[in-house]
Amino acid sequence: MKTTVFTAVSAIALTLAAPAVAEPQAEVLHWWTSGGEAKSVAVLQKEFADNGGTWTDMPVAGGGGDAAMTALRARVLSGNAPTAVQLKGPAIQEWYEEGVLADISAVAEAEGWADVLPASIAGHMKCDGNWCAAPVNVHRVDWIWANAEVLAANGIEMPNSWDEFNAAADKLAAAGITPLAHGGQAWQDATVFEAVALGILGADGFQKAFVDLDMETLKSDGMVAVFDQMRKMRGYVDDNFSGRDWNLATAMVMNGEAGFQIMGDWAKGEFLAAGKVPGDDFLCASVPGDGFLYNVDSFAMFDVKGDDKQAGQALLAELIVGKNFQEVFNLNKGSIPARVDVALDAFDSCAHLSAKDMTDSADNGSLLPSYAHGMALRGAQSGAITDVVTAHFNSDMSSAEAVQMLANAVQNSL
Amino acid sequence: MTDLVINPTQSRPWGKILLRALLFALLGLFALFYLMPLFVMVTTSLKSLEEIRTGSLIAFPREITFEAWRTAWSGACTGIQCEGLRPYFWNSVVLAIPAVLISTVVGALNGYVIAQWRFRGANLIFSLLLFGCFIPFQVVLLPMARMLGLMGLAGTIPGLIFVHVIYGIGFTTLFFRNYYVTIPQELVKAAKVDGAGFFRIFWSIFLPLSLPIIVVTVIWQFTQIWNDFLFGVSFSQAGTQPVTVALNNIVNSTTGVKEYNVDMAAAIIAALPTLLVYVVAGKYFIRGLTAGSVKG
Amino acid sequence: MTEWLERHIPKMVLAPSFIAILVFVYGFIAWTAWVSLTRSKLLPKYEIKGFIQYDRLFDSPRWDTAMGNLFIFGTLFIVTSMVLGLLLAILLDQKVRTEGVLRTIYLYPMALSMIVTGTAWKWIMNPGLGIENMVRGWGFENFSFDWVINPDRAIYAVVIAGVWQASGFVMALFLAGLRSVDGEIIKAAQVDGIPSYRIYSAIIIPSMAPIFLSAFIVLAHLAIKSFDLVIALTGGGPGYATDLPATYMYAMAFSRGDIGQAASSAMVMMAVVFAIIVPYLYSELRVKKHD
Repeated sequence: MKTTVFTAVSAIALTLAAPAVAEPQAEVLHWWTSGGEAKSVAVLQKEFADNGGTWTDMPVAGGGGDAAMTALRARVLSGNAPTAVQLKGPAIQEWYEEGVLADISAVAEAEGWADVLPASIAGHMKCDGNWCAAPVNVHRVDWIWANAEVLAANGIEMPNSWDEFNAAADKLAAAGITPLAHGGQAWQDATVFEAVALGILGADGFQKAFVDLDMETLKSDGMVAVFDQMRKMRGYVDDNFSGRDWNLATAMVMNGEAGFQIMGDWAKGEFLAAGKVPGDDFLCASVPGDGFLYNVDSFAMFDVKGDDKQAGQALLAELIVGKNFQEVFNLNKGSIPARVDVALDAFDSCAHLSAKDMTDSADNGSLLPSYAHGMALRGAQSGAITDVVTAHFNSDMSSAEAVQMLANAVQNSL
Repeated sequence: MTDLVINPTQSRPWGKILLRALLFALLGLFALFYLMPLFVMVTTSLKSLEEIRTGSLIAFPREITFEAWRTAWSGACTGIQCEGLRPYFWNSVVLAIPAVLISTVVGALNGYVIAQWRFRGANLIFSLLLFGCFIPFQVVLLPMARMLGLMGLAGTIPGLIFVHVIYGIGFTTLFFRNYYVTIPQELVKAAKVDGAGFFRIFWSIFLPLSLPIIVVTVIWQFTQIWNDFLFGVSFSQAGTQPVTVALNNIVNSTTGVKEYNVDMAAAIIAALPTLLVYVVAGKYFIRGLTAGSVKG
Repeated sequence: MTEWLERHIPKMVLAPSFIAILVFVYGFIAWTAWVSLTRSKLLPKYEIKGFIQYDRLFDSPRWDTAMGNLFIFGTLFIVTSMVLGLLLAILLDQKVRTEGVLRTIYLYPMALSMIVTGTAWKWIMNPGLGIENMVRGWGFENFSFDWVINPDRAIYAVVIAGVWQASGFVMALFLAGLRSVDGEIIKAAQVDGIPSYRIYSAIIIPSMAPIFLSAFIVLAHLAIKSFDLVIALTGGGPGYATDLPATYMYAMAFSRGDIGQAASSAMVMMAVVFAIIVPYLYSELRVKKHD
């Protein structure tokens, strides 16, 4: 943080009067380990190697990064921090406050990141005005996926409001089809919850409730309506949803056992892996309501000693935001590039929709961070909210009770 | 060795047969209960992904394929490397063997002292050791990370061995103490009269009697250390990650496509060394016992 | 000099372990106690702020659930595993020819990591995929086994998987115990015409007291640390119905960056363990002195 990477590197290079800078080294802690993800990261590793770098892989999967964060804490405390770490959302700023992140402003400014990243996403990458992380992709969380055949057979269109959704769901239920494929895991409950909240509270209300933690909004009638809709959603889920993995829920939509699923765009990977075609076999649309909930993966650079490692950080940051990696990675991953100037010709129709909505919502202020995926709030607060959401969804708690609990839990977590 | 068999001598032969049948029915029923998950795992690992996606999860495979096993061993992605579990296996071996040996030896000596060389405070030390078994590992992660950093062992295999030995001592001591406490103290007294020293008595009297408890301890320690994930993931770095971390990376990816057949095959492969220890050691377990040297 | 050495060797042998435990267990407990009085978030901080973390802890409905579950799970898990382990050991001790195979079958679950076995159990216990579905397929339409998805029953599903994993090891301990009982005494008892069940209940089982101690410690330790089991089987769900203190603590410390809260939950948990284990240990060790 004290000295930028480039000045440090060049200073050393000058004192040694050597023409070449140190060979870039990077130990990268991340949790992308499944086949498709690994292929995507391997692209980065190859580019890194082509530029003379040595990449040491430190993958730790599990719990959406929980296990990796456990390892990270141990590494930092033992004074052996990895060079680059997959980190996202406010966690980046939290680590910065602990004084362990490096400053990569030199690269960011040289590469003109500010011009190619949407402002709200760029905001997540900055700590006290300096760049401290590099964004990889934008996952949209508020997707609704549907089985095209099932919808056509029952004369249902993709819903544009929650009332339409409820009507469609009732129709499917009457036809003996599970309306909503869902896995009863806390993070999946939260994913549905925030999609519903965005639709009912609107972008403004969502911002107030889940970014600013405004008590008025958290206790408002709107929030009661959100929980009311969640109670309805509970009725649209089959009996055996508890603990189901999200991909098994996706499979239910694929097989025509269920009509809809609300899930981020990684679900697309499951459809594509099974040879399904977007538009023909399955449909994608944003959930009812205006707005765009994003989940941005990024890498933060830790304060490490050694010119080779610092050179590695600079090179890595440059490559991550580079056009080539942004395109290839996101084609594999189902998400869209974080930078807006990447050509999307090779992407499918869902990704096109996502990119268009991202630009539009960035203009009208409804480009919002996903709370369920750790983009909006610090862990303690988002976890407290999820506790209430999942407790409500899995019991017969009333909406009023849930709202009261929500306010208490958020208060308690502050 | 007990020769006790539930054998109601008064009852007629058919009663005996009935009792025997009941015994085997019970044993068989329990065997089914224990085998159920393994059945699911093995059948799933032999199916193709297509069949898993479309068919019932709990059914015999329509078509048997060993593709998933090959992938799990040498092709599954555990990060950007797609070399399966193979590269991580060795780390676990290098880590588990010394850790098991050291903690067993330390436990044997501790147990020997506490059971046979009682001195003031020995029971207190034993209680402290025992209570130490209960400290949740999540609690020690962060301070331990700091200590390992200070000792220069962060991210190394010796560091992991150290951690496993420290938190294994409580159990190994418990096992050996409870075993040695059943050996009459007169034995030590007699040996001392004969002029044998501390280590001499241990070496020539206690150690030869210890095979069964050594087997139990080794089984326990090896299982704990081999299957450990929390320490393995926290105190390793690239290149020293044990096999459970690789297994976790294959199984627990959050947003990737799930390949259950590879998951299950990987789990069975990762468990093979422990399974082997159970099968092989089980034999020695009995052999040690039938040697007939242990008396209460 | 050698005599002095000879006299003090036992203490010197025990000393390194003693010191290690003092530092790495009790030192760390003290560290945790300290941190539990701070407002540590992502990383530990050392500025004492009072008992606020404990207030927050006791305000949390999720913590209440976790503690309640620990008692239900702990009791059922320990008792069932002990009873089943002893039963299996006695059954296996009846000169069963296939003992080697059966013993391995009972024992193997301990060898498998819950990371994946949890998935298998999840499928088996899921009403739509597993046993319920199968039995209904046989024509018993009213058969129901939905514990794993029922918030009021899910903790019992966790007990089943836990017992499955641990009871084999307990069986092995008891089997070893049964075989180390003095055969002469039993022969004498049989000659006297004492019925088998009496021989077990009056002679053999009481003589295995140290084994019970070992088994209890092993099981209690597993119960308190049950973490993988819950994470893999239910993920703490439905809702947080199967949350245990260990999973609560982990969530706070590592997913939520609330280390102060995690430390306070650890302290409460250890206090509970202390309250249960210490009287037990005390009575066990005292009995030994009377021998």
